Amino acid sequence: MVVMDNKIESDQRDIVDSNADETWVNDVTESAMRSMRNKPGKAWWIAITLLGLVIVAGVIAWIYQLKHGLASAGYNDRAFWAVYIADVITFIGVSYGGAVTSAILRLTGQSWRAPLTRLAEAMALVTVIIGGTFIFPHLGRPDRFLNIVIYPNFSSPLFWDFMAILTYTVATMIFFYLPLIPDMAVVSKMLGDKKKLWQKFLYSSLSFNWLGTEKQKKALHRGLTIISLLIIPLAVSVHSVLSWAFALTSRPGWMETVFPPYFVIAALYSGTAMVVLVVAGFRKGYKLQRFITDRHFVRLGYLMVALGLVYLYLTFADLVTEGYTGITTGWIKQTVTGSYAPAFWFYVFAGELLPIFVVAFKKTRNATGITVASVFVVISLWVKRLVIVLPAATQPLIAGAWGSYHFTWVSITITLAGVAAIPFLLMIMFRFIPLFSIEEMEEAGELGSVEQVSAHTQVLAKILAKYTGLEVTAPKASKSLTASETEGK
Amino acid sequence: MSESKVNRRNFLKIVGAATAAGTVEMVTYKAYASTNSAPNGWKGTSGVSGSSAASMANTASPPDHQWAMVIDLRSCNGCKSCTAACQKAHYLTEDQTWIDVFTMTDTIGRTYSMPRPCMQCENPPCLHVCPVHATFRTNQGVVLVNQGRCIGCRMCMAACPYQARYFNWNAGVEYPSMPIKPTPEMPVPQRLGTVGKCTFCVGNLNDGLLSECAAGCPMGSIYNGDMKTDVGVNSMGNTIKLSEFLYDNDAVTFKTSQNTHPRVWYIMGHGQNLDNDDQAS
Ligand code: SF4
Ligand code: SF4
Repeated sequence: MVVMDNKIESDQRDIVDSNADETWVNDVTESAMRSMRNKPGKAWWIAITLLGLVIVAGVIAWIYQLKHGLASAGYNDRAFWAVYIADVITFIGVSYGGAVTSAILRLTGQSWRAPLTRLAEAMALVTVIIGGTFIFPHLGRPDRFLNIVIYPNFSSPLFWDFMAILTYTVATMIFFYLPLIPDMAVVSKMLGDKKKLWQKFLYSSLSFNWLGTEKQKKALHRGLTIISLLIIPLAVSVHSVLSWAFALTSRPGWMETVFPPYFVIAALYSGTAMVVLVVAGFRKGYKLQRFITDRHFVRLGYLMVALGLVYLYLTFADLVTEGYTGITTGWIKQTVTGSYAPAFWFYVFAGELLPIFVVAFKKTRNATGITVASVFVVISLWVKRLVIVLPAATQPLIAGAWGSYHFTWVSITITLAGVAAIPFLLMIMFRFIPLFSIEEMEEAGELGSVEQVSAHTQVLAKILAKYTGLEVTAPKASKSLTASETEGK
Repeated sequence: MSESKVNRRNFLKIVGAATAAGTVEMVTYKAYASTNSAPNGWKGTSGVSGSSAASMANTASPPDHQWAMVIDLRSCNGCKSCTAACQKAHYLTEDQTWIDVFTMTDTIGRTYSMPRPCMQCENPPCLHVCPVHATFRTNQGVVLVNQGRCIGCRMCMAACPYQARYFNWNAGVEYPSMPIKPTPEMPVPQRLGTVGKCTFCVGNLNDGLLSECAAGCPMGSIYNGDMKTDVGVNSMGNTIKLSEFLYDNDAVTFKTSQNTHPRVWYIMGHGQNLDNDDQAS
């Protein structure tokens, strides 16, 4: 740190020379609020309309399914669980990935996370809500859903699934909301007295009188640390309990001790990929290339591939343990060489090998390459969930032929509606909240020297003071300095 | 602990019997009876094993009956009359085979037929996993589904080792208007989006009638039995002393390793093989 690399130094001088610091800090606030301030463009309206139409189609399909029964979604007595439970696991899984990625980066003080956490946490919140909603098309009688609370059976894994998802959703909300408090105060001040009623409620009430004092900052940081620490075991428990809905039956292929970690890792893996997708989408949509660079994608890519390898290993361990003795090999044959083989090998090639190659080669190791890999990871992990659900469900437990599941327009439309709901909800959400946490960006101090960091904070403080009429103390620069120095160039 | 000793003794006898018969999955009634002086629900015991939630609330007076079933595979010819009779009585679709007749392969490659109703497990996995207690066990030892409470999660279908549960995936078959509302004992008409399964026709049994499948079997292969009074009856009017019949004919239960304690006993012929846990291949 003391010995500074010449190149970095000269880079920094360039920036200083061009008097970029003030612009940079202005840019942080400006870019963070780009989604709120600017009137949405044509592209935004087209996208939101199309996505909205897909969601409406999904709702219509669901009403149709309610009327005609689950047979219209392709279900039958041998494929009694299929696409919707895979959807539930997939959506809640990516949510978990978003929350935990953000929590771990926060806890380990990774300052490069700053422009990513808001997007990751928003994605986590949106997907857990969508995932929870998919329980309704899964049930034969969603109208009786509350029976779980009225007549609870504590020995049922499904009861605990319900409890775990509920607790986790609440935690995700808090995790999303806490870092938002200072931003709400900033927005509230910016709007001044001309606030409409909803704006008053949203920004003034929800900012809880945030003044940015040292005491408040300390409390917020403590709260964030606690919730970051809590959300990790919470998310682990959600996915373990979800996996027990399968593992606590006597079905070959499901009754596996490996299932809880298997589900947890799958969730992390797909979740990291989803963070990449959301970040890529908003980066492009709101031109945030300045703050979110290739470097961010590469780092997320490394994290993703590492998790992918653990998942591949667990898949292998599961198949070998079950397959070797040959006692219950039916579902393995069906998975690896039988009717589920195309899906299984699609997962292996598109969901595991492809991202490894993308990250391994310098040519593809960039934002575009990693975004494309992430698309395949998310899709193939959904396919993988189907390959976990279907072979064990459709196997004949007594004698006779294998059952099978066939997609119908109903199940496809409802699933697509869930997919469309992710960008739909996020795009609407970011009309009202900043794209990244201004405070965290400030602390991260993207540029690399003591003077600059403090210079930036001073400028930011000035800006904030202008909006808020308050003194904002500059954070210590040393931490962000070390971090940003490691980033290098 | 004395309990674990008894368990080990049970286990050894069961394994011994199973080895003698050439499979691991069979437990003979003989082995069972000789190690369990009073099998659950047998003659005067009104035990309800597993979850206490399993029993219905009305345990004030001990039940008069503990229902069971014996299926004599020696005489079953696979005509599926039992399935048809059941489906007619309960207004089921063709796919809803509450009693299904499977074609099984014996140890030397010949096939035989095996009807499979709900086993009315004394330790029913379907009951333990139901999140809303829609599946319950009566004090007569019959596992029933309250279709008025079932949320249609199908967790029970995942848990049942015998594939004995069937869902109402669509509106189902036409049914005449019923004089009484559907009950767990007589779930007719079936309700869309809920699960159904063999009820043992417990209403018939309590009225002194045979179950539809037993009555519909032209071979007299299916006996309705009562463990309390120790009798069994089939459609030919044959009355058996249940425990003796099971003992003398080396009755077995299906998939014993699942620890479900079925209330349905099978009488095997020669060379048949009930070890079907790994049929799935
Ligand atoms: S056979 Fe299946 S449905 Fe019947 S009691 Fe046993 S576990 Fe439940
Ligand atoms: S489908 Fe109905 S009976 Fe079966 S576990 Fe779910 S709520 Fe219980």
